[in-house]
Amino acid sequence: MIQLTVNGKTYEVDAPADMPILWVLRDKLGLTGTKFGCGAAQCGACTIHLDGEAIRSCVAPVSRAVGKKIVTIEGLDDSLAKPLQEAWTEVDVPQCGYCQSGQIMAAAILLRDNAHPTDRDIDNAMTGNICRCGTYQRIRSAIHMAVTLKTSAAAVQP
Amino acid sequence: MKHVNLRIRPRKWILAILFLAGTGLSILGIPGEPTAIRPGETREMALRREAESKAAFESAYHVFMSPRCMNCHPAGNVPLQGDDSHLHTQGVRRGPDGRGLYALKCKNCHQDANLPGEHMPPGLPTWRLPPEDRPMVFQGKSPRELAASFKNARFTGFASIHQIIEHVEKDPLVLHSFTYGTRPPLEHGEFAAKVREWVEKGAVLPDK
Amino acid sequence: MTLSPDINRRQFIRTAALATGGLIIAFNVPAAGKRRRTGQEPAFAPNAFLQVGTDNSVTVILSHCEMGQGIWTTLCMLIAEELDANWKTLQAVHAPAAPAYFHTIYATQRTGGSSSLLSEFDRYRKAGATARQLLVQAAANRYKVAVQDCRTEDGMVIIGDKKIPYSDLAADAAALPTPADVPLKDPANWKIIGKRIKRMDTPAKITGKAIFGMDVQLPGMLTAMVARGPAPGAKVKGYEAAAAMAIPGVRQVVAIPGGVAVLADDFWAAKKGRETLQVDWDLGPGANMNSDALLKEFRERANKGGIAATNTGNPEEAFTRAAHIVEAEYYQPFLAHAPMEPLNCTVQLSADKCEIWTGTQTQTDDQRGAAEITGLPVEKIFINTLFLGGSFGRRNITRSDFVREAVEVAKASGKVVKTVWTREDDIKGGMYRPAFLHRFKVGLDAGGTPIAWKQISVGQSVMTGGPFEKLAVINGVDMFSIEGMQTAPHVKAVKDQRIEVNTPEWPVSVDNWRAVGLSHTIFAMESLSDEMAIAAGKDPVAYRRMLYKDEPRLVGVLNLAAEKSGWGAPLPKGHGRGVAVFEAVGSFVAIVAEVAVLNNTIHVNKVTCAIDCGIAVSPDGIISQTEGSIAFGISTALYSEITFRDGKVQQRNFYDYPMLRIHEMPQVAVFIVPSKEKPGGVGEASVGQMIPALTNAVYAATGKRIRHLPLRNQPLNGHLQDSKLMG
Repeated sequence: MIQLTVNGKTYEVDAPADMPILWVLRDKLGLTGTKFGCGAAQCGACTIHLDGEAIRSCVAPVSRAVGKKIVTIEGLDDSLAKPLQEAWTEVDVPQCGYCQSGQIMAAAILLRDNAHPTDRDIDNAMTGNICRCGTYQRIRSAIHMAVTLKTSAAAVQP
Repeated sequence: MKHVNLRIRPRKWILAILFLAGTGLSILGIPGEPTAIRPGETREMALRREAESKAAFESAYHVFMSPRCMNCHPAGNVPLQGDDSHLHTQGVRRGPDGRGLYALKCKNCHQDANLPGEHMPPGLPTWRLPPEDRPMVFQGKSPRELAASFKNARFTGFASIHQIIEHVEKDPLVLHSFTYGTRPPLEHGEFAAKVREWVEKGAVLPDK
Repeated sequence: MTLSPDINRRQFIRTAALATGGLIIAFNVPAAGKRRRTGQEPAFAPNAFLQVGTDNSVTVILSHCEMGQGIWTTLCMLIAEELDANWKTLQAVHAPAAPAYFHTIYATQRTGGSSSLLSEFDRYRKAGATARQLLVQAAANRYKVAVQDCRTEDGMVIIGDKKIPYSDLAADAAALPTPADVPLKDPANWKIIGKRIKRMDTPAKITGKAIFGMDVQLPGMLTAMVARGPAPGAKVKGYEAAAAMAIPGVRQVVAIPGGVAVLADDFWAAKKGRETLQVDWDLGPGANMNSDALLKEFRERANKGGIAATNTGNPEEAFTRAAHIVEAEYYQPFLAHAPMEPLNCTVQLSADKCEIWTGTQTQTDDQRGAAEITGLPVEKIFINTLFLGGSFGRRNITRSDFVREAVEVAKASGKVVKTVWTREDDIKGGMYRPAFLHRFKVGLDAGGTPIAWKQISVGQSVMTGGPFEKLAVINGVDMFSIEGMQTAPHVKAVKDQRIEVNTPEWPVSVDNWRAVGLSHTIFAMESLSDEMAIAAGKDPVAYRRMLYKDEPRLVGVLNLAAEKSGWGAPLPKGHGRGVAVFEAVGSFVAIVAEVAVLNNTIHVNKVTCAIDCGIAVSPDGIISQTEGSIAFGISTALYSEITFRDGKVQQRNFYDYPMLRIHEMPQVAVFIVPSKEKPGGVGEASVGQMIPALTNAVYAATGKRIRHLPLRNQPLNGHLQDSKLMG
């Protein structure tokens, strides 16, 4: 049995050590917000946070997560989720939506670590996430918008 | 006007000039002359030792420049990938600490061990590039240039060149590079021995 | 959430009061049938397309499925506009599989061909308007006023200062006779149609809450992976399951037609189980598919000729009168769809019914396929349509390949089972856009107008063997093989022409891909137009203006795109602009691409698109679909090809079937031409044009004419995936 911390909750999971975190989340814990797109770390649909770093859960074995904190799209912190979701809604980013959990989880790292990302920074953060529907232009403008929203939210905070 | 007697006997002049020239030429590494003659060595022994040193490096050079090593010692800020050393896909970049950027850090995809299956990312706990301030570029260097880099403490971060021996013998990333994919042209043991030989025989810069 | 399948679209549902005082819908429920609920009992369900809840919320039941193209919102807009519903209370659900939801043109339940609005623009508005009229009549009757004294707003009937929620009027409205012909709103009064409306599926898709087929989980469900043949049409000779069965979590291994299924507790166990499965394959004729030999065979067939699709006058004679002759041959590869969500289908099969959960566009075809396999009547096949994680044609397969396969797995195993495809299964799994060769010889008069046209097109038929064969394959020619070609205005006008089609029958499965025939015909036609322009010494935009001088909608988008793109303004060396304009799925689209080719690498910097799609129901939806089509087209032109060696597909995943990524996305500007014409399609309207706009721009930048795709194989290419990265 493996003990995992996911979105602040602790779970006991019966899974082989080499099972990718993605399938533990989806098949064992029923958290289907994180998606399967390629199984080969090529597309980013499976992006989660492990101790604050984005990782590709389709290839990361669950053994790597023992003793660490997993955050999925379902549990993304409000300080990042809210500006991103608000911007994503304002711009109407998603089309089919299947890649968007991964896009948002990747964008969250950029948002957290860079207060003024340039377009180049956005490339550097997001080029790993494929969108077959081609929403890239909107992802870019939504990230710029999320930065503004986050900055103004922070300004309002005491 | 005071006259200084600068007259030195011609033979001594000639010897002095030859000695200086020889030293100077040696410092310049002019082929045909050993850079140093160690105690107990004749000039011929020194020449032979230095030739062996160069040859050892030239042999090791092919390992350094093979994809499994060179791909993580790129000239630019994008790692190389594959046996054809193309620019790594997915837009990954070195980043200040060599560990990548944002959601595309090396360890995001590369796990603590190789993943089974074709085209799956290889891995090791310390998977990364050298940092921006000490990128340790191999790509594009001739044997002479690479050897010169290894002798430069600012390049290697090693106070002494002898630390290179331990590095190639023991560093996990180096060892790992000999265990998967298209292998470097020498086995690890051979390669480490060549590096040792190069250093111990004078770390002589190859001619080219 | 599904509804009973027994809704007959010609009947209207009557509500009936229960003893409890609540209101329920009485569907036509067969004696043994089970009725499904939408979650709460609707107060009012005047037709198959909308229900008003007891809380005055409105549920719109979608006869078409959401795959990213936005109809989840657009169809709701149609209802809400005419119903005068409170937009905030609207929710959408996919319809069950039922005749009430048949496409108004295709007479089956299906989504495809960019025709959802064409099918529903009138029907959904009428449904909303009819419901509104019943509610207004009920209010007028109750308060004894004239209908003209009532108005509606935000889900209420308003009489003077009285505001009556629709749900209050439901019982009375349901008892009224259905009006025959309800007038629709004057477009001048539209409050919703034509406006910027936020998509209704966005909240679920940005929180991980949206459920796709891949996300379905049922109690006791197993996950299956099918070992499929390494070459098209391969057959199982035998298999050894012991190693697979020894993998922890693997429960069962069963043979199905065309493959062997491994059933396990979860994806990972199923995958590991399948990896250890030993299957002995009879490769069959598919083993001879070799891409190296393919171009040669295309050319031999072109040399041989084919069945004439058009044959008028005497092209050979007309060539002798031509001032310019243009000869060109364009070759385009097989393409995979690669939607982000790999295929999957969950099946629960029992003695008396078969229930299916998946993202599909072909509900009726799926029902029929499942009925054939199970022996159950079609009415006992229930389809729950989830969000589709992309399709681009892959989930629009009339032979229902992946649904049938999943039903076979359920049947063979006796289990509730979700059959899933890996990305490798998807890329290798067939149903490709066929490879095509188009060879032209065109004679132009001194001004550049075509006066002689000879063409041979070679490629597999996508419609043969399907339900549209009779419509689409005429005298042995699949019209989709030359889609848009003979009907192009400048071709129609040529008196001396012969267009032939040679249709190989190869073992590779081919089917719908986004824009179908237009996905390859427009590249050929608009590359050719460019070559004709140059032969005639004319600017590519001016030339097309001349060709289409009698086509105001084509000229309209051409001029708009040229203007907005700065066509003609000087560019630095190594930069170029290219144009393409074509009619597609009832809309007219012009695209100007601006590229820079530096160090053998193509940078697509800017794309300007003008689209005339008739009435723009959802302008932002049109823009996002067009932006997406542009990305899709660029990706295809730069990278996409499926190749074969000894029958095996050589591509497996995104490392060798690469996709455009954000750093390669150009700046895109989309301009919608205001129009009152009936709505044209949008989802497939721009893909075909993007490709030649790009290759024509490459020509302008480099002088190199591109006649083969993808561009990554052309000598001028460097490392395209890193086109904007300096190493």
